[in-house]
Amino acid sequence: MHELAICESILRQALNLAEVHKACRVGRIVLTIGPLAGVEPHLLLHAFPLVAAGTVCEEALIEIETAAVRVECRICGASSGAQHNRLLCAACGTWRVVLVSGDEMLLRSVELFETLPSHQGNQVYV
Amino acid sequence: MCEICGCVGDARAHVEGHPLDAERGKQVEVLHAMLHENDHQAAHNRAHFSAAGLLVVNLMSSPGAGKTSLLEATIRALAGKLTVAVIEGDLETENDARRIRAAGAQAVQITTGNACHLDAAMVHGAFHRLDFRGVDILFIENVGNLVCPAAFDLGQHRNVVLLSVTEGDDKPEKYPVMFRAADLLAITKLDLLEAVGDFEPDRAATHLRNLANAAPVLEISARSGTGMNVWVDWLTTEHAARGHGDTSADHAHNGHVHA
Repeated sequence: MHELAICESILRQALNLAEVHKACRVGRIVLTIGPLAGVEPHLLLHAFPLVAAGTVCEEALIEIETAAVRVECRICGASSGAQHNRLLCAACGTWRVVLVSGDEMLLRSVELFETLPSHQGNQVYV
Repeated sequence: MCEICGCVGDARAHVEGHPLDAERGKQVEVLHAMLHENDHQAAHNRAHFSAAGLLVVNLMSSPGAGKTSLLEATIRALAGKLTVAVIEGDLETENDARRIRAAGAQAVQITTGNACHLDAAMVHGAFHRLDFRGVDILFIENVGNLVCPAAFDLGQHRNVVLLSVTEGDDKPEKYPVMFRAADLLAITKLDLLEAVGDFEPDRAATHLRNLANAAPVLEISARSGTGMNVWVDWLTTEHAARGHGDTSADHAHNGHVHA
């Protein structure tokens, strides 16, 4: 369950950004995760609220974009999709390919708010 | 920043000076690896290792695949040629570190508690407890686990993944993230091959190739000594290729593309 450690890493990056931008709330946190990243998206979604409790990321919404597995053939040059455990060229069948997409584990963007959500009733603007 | 009230929101979302839509915040593009801090620490470790003239090998496998036995045999096989030190990662106990010391090498134990993997910060801490003067090859024996350790770059130069013949030969197909990261696949406990009966080393190699991995596949028995010469040759060549203080060949070999 290394997803917890990954959540802590995402949290630290989001908290740093919130501090730099003087934000008091973090909204959407957008991630890109490929099937070959070794990260289970649903475990990440479950683990994040645990690590974010009591921080400005407490109400953050994790949004996960998946990346397709794609390979480029070093023999015939074709570019094709592939299964995550069969990285073969769809055109000529060789395994001598380069993975061009599918192992991403990126923190894409973080949405920052200067104000607290209205339902909390303590907006800082007048 | 909004010129109307100074908030970080989009000015178009304001009416008479107040945010109309408080549900739209400021999007800050990051495009960092999710494990940005770990990767940074790993790069720092790698620079340390290279400056010290070390070849650093990260050993990964499921529990019980024979990492410690392979290390014991390796220390003995390299005695008088290359000096080995080991950073041992385990959930509990110092048993493996004791075995390494008994085989004649320096060992530093990391007990991770419940953590299922080593990370670059743990390895950094352990490295500074090590007297690395005169050491040629530093092995990091990762926590026995075919999932989590694959996600964490430790600053190693090479990943070696062990697959014992008592496991299935389709492990690379089941754990593609781990086996894709291998710079060498060691099929271990070869002395048990016949007793096991249904493990085919060639099939394991095919599953590895199906992950677009061209890494060498070695068949080893630490007990009988089969294949130990090829393994020692590989280590010797890798160590020689590193040279002293030559960092030109440094690259994160953990299979992940981090922006």
